[in-house]
Amino acid sequence: MDLLLDRISHRYGQTEVLRDISFDIRAGEIVCIIGPSGCGKSTLLRFIGGLERPDAGRVLVSGEPPSGSLNPLTYIFQDFALLPWRTVEGNISLVLEDHGIKRAEAESIIADVLARTKLSDFRKALPRQLSGGMKQRVAIARALAVRPAVMLMDEPLSALDSQTRELLMDDLVELWTRERFSACYVTHNLAEAVRLGHRIIVLSRRPGRIREVVEIDMPLADRPDHMAELEKRQREIWMMMREEARAADMEIADVA
Amino acid sequence: MSHEALDRGSPAFADAATPSALATGTREVPFRGGGFRHRPLGWVTPLVFVVLILLWELGSRSGIISNIALPAPSEAFAAFMDLVRTGMLWKHLSASLTRLVVGWTLGTLLGVAVGLAIGLFSLARAGLLPLVSALFPIPKIALLPLFIIWFGIGEGSKVATILFGTFFPTVIATYAGVDNVDRNLIRMGQSFGISWMSIVRKIIVPGALPAILSGFRISASIAIVLLVAAEMIGAEFGIGAYILMAGALFALDQLVAGVAILSIIGLTIGWLIGRAERTFLGWRT
Repeated sequence: MDLLLDRISHRYGQTEVLRDISFDIRAGEIVCIIGPSGCGKSTLLRFIGGLERPDAGRVLVSGEPPSGSLNPLTYIFQDFALLPWRTVEGNISLVLEDHGIKRAEAESIIADVLARTKLSDFRKALPRQLSGGMKQRVAIARALAVRPAVMLMDEPLSALDSQTRELLMDDLVELWTRERFSACYVTHNLAEAVRLGHRIIVLSRRPGRIREVVEIDMPLADRPDHMAELEKRQREIWMMMREEARAADMEIADVA
Repeated sequence: MSHEALDRGSPAFADAATPSALATGTREVPFRGGGFRHRPLGWVTPLVFVVLILLWELGSRSGIISNIALPAPSEAFAAFMDLVRTGMLWKHLSASLTRLVVGWTLGTLLGVAVGLAIGLFSLARAGLLPLVSALFPIPKIALLPLFIIWFGIGEGSKVATILFGTFFPTVIATYAGVDNVDRNLIRMGQSFGISWMSIVRKIIVPGALPAILSGFRISASIAIVLLVAAEMIGAEFGIGAYILMAGALFALDQLVAGVAILSIIGLTIGWLIGRAERTFLGWRT
């Protein structure tokens, strides 16, 4: 299943946030969206998953989602969005209950996704008992449970400390190597973008336009061994963004 | 410097650390961080009660506190035992508790329902919220004569007073609780394609529960106040009627006993709500 963004523009009141954004997300590909703060990258992600509607332009789906996919477009949020009153398994069963998946079937899905995210020992734990990294693992397990076609990740590692972030990045790469999911990965962190992105879409500051699309050919699994090369790519992108980021930083915020 | 060199036992660490600590003219940094943290002092509460009642008893016996102004605790206790012996305690208590439970339960159920409606539907919010704001500040005791005309002098008017008194704070607590549910959790529910009903049932209601339960504390206290007020008009039995009669006869020992019973009812309800909070809100830190 591919996703196609067709000339998306949007404004919040007087403020134009996005202008004429078109790109596609192909099956099995991780597309990173990067840009200075306030450039509308999270808004864009909400359009892609149908949580908000753009003023102009459309998000199109081509092809069928893989059979058995309960929720083809599935988000992973920066703040994890786990229900604090439900245990780890309760949080996962939440997204299955509405699809009529109960008891034995739910049980096997939960056991499977917890094993895949190395959370099997934490089934009965409440979110408040878990570290940030563990919480995000639970959110990833929850996303896997609905067998998504495209994962929409909104700064999934930004609330974590840098060491946890490294660990989770490795986990994501491992997961991708096994499952070949497609993803749209919004971040402001260049290191994450060059580690996880097959393509990196660099947005300009508000109103967000596509400044550049950077392709990184290197297989994800090989990247940790070629850090020097990645560093170079990261530096190139940073040089491209630097002035924009500075200007964005100096702006007086008038949108929430 | 490598990490090994910093090991506690190694001479490099000791050499680096000790001399400066022992150098002459050093003094410890003064501690300035204390003073604003509470310590749990569980034994103080009963002690305060016991000392207060003891002083009161002593004051009454020695004549410092005039018996006309305030009866001794022992006299109030004797009045209470009198109630127990004659079996009137149960009669008064059951009448009061029935009114309290029926009025509070109905008021709470309606309040939670209307509060949820205001929290969830724009139409209900636009239509009902101004009404709630306009009616909430009216002392329900002032409406008691109206309630008597509408619902009769019997149980109806008393239950209605408590019902209306508990309804409004519950509405406000509930809709404020719904408003405070983390929007990201709702968005998460939507993003997983969870149905509207399930989002309300599994995300919004549990998320609003802390606010609803603290609303219960307030509404329960209001219910007790209104119970006594309502029972002071045309009630044969009930703690309020008992207190009113005691007051009319200037039987101050009975009056104090009645007030103490109310206080115990309040404490019991507070304890029950505390239990409910621990059961339902155990997921909070």
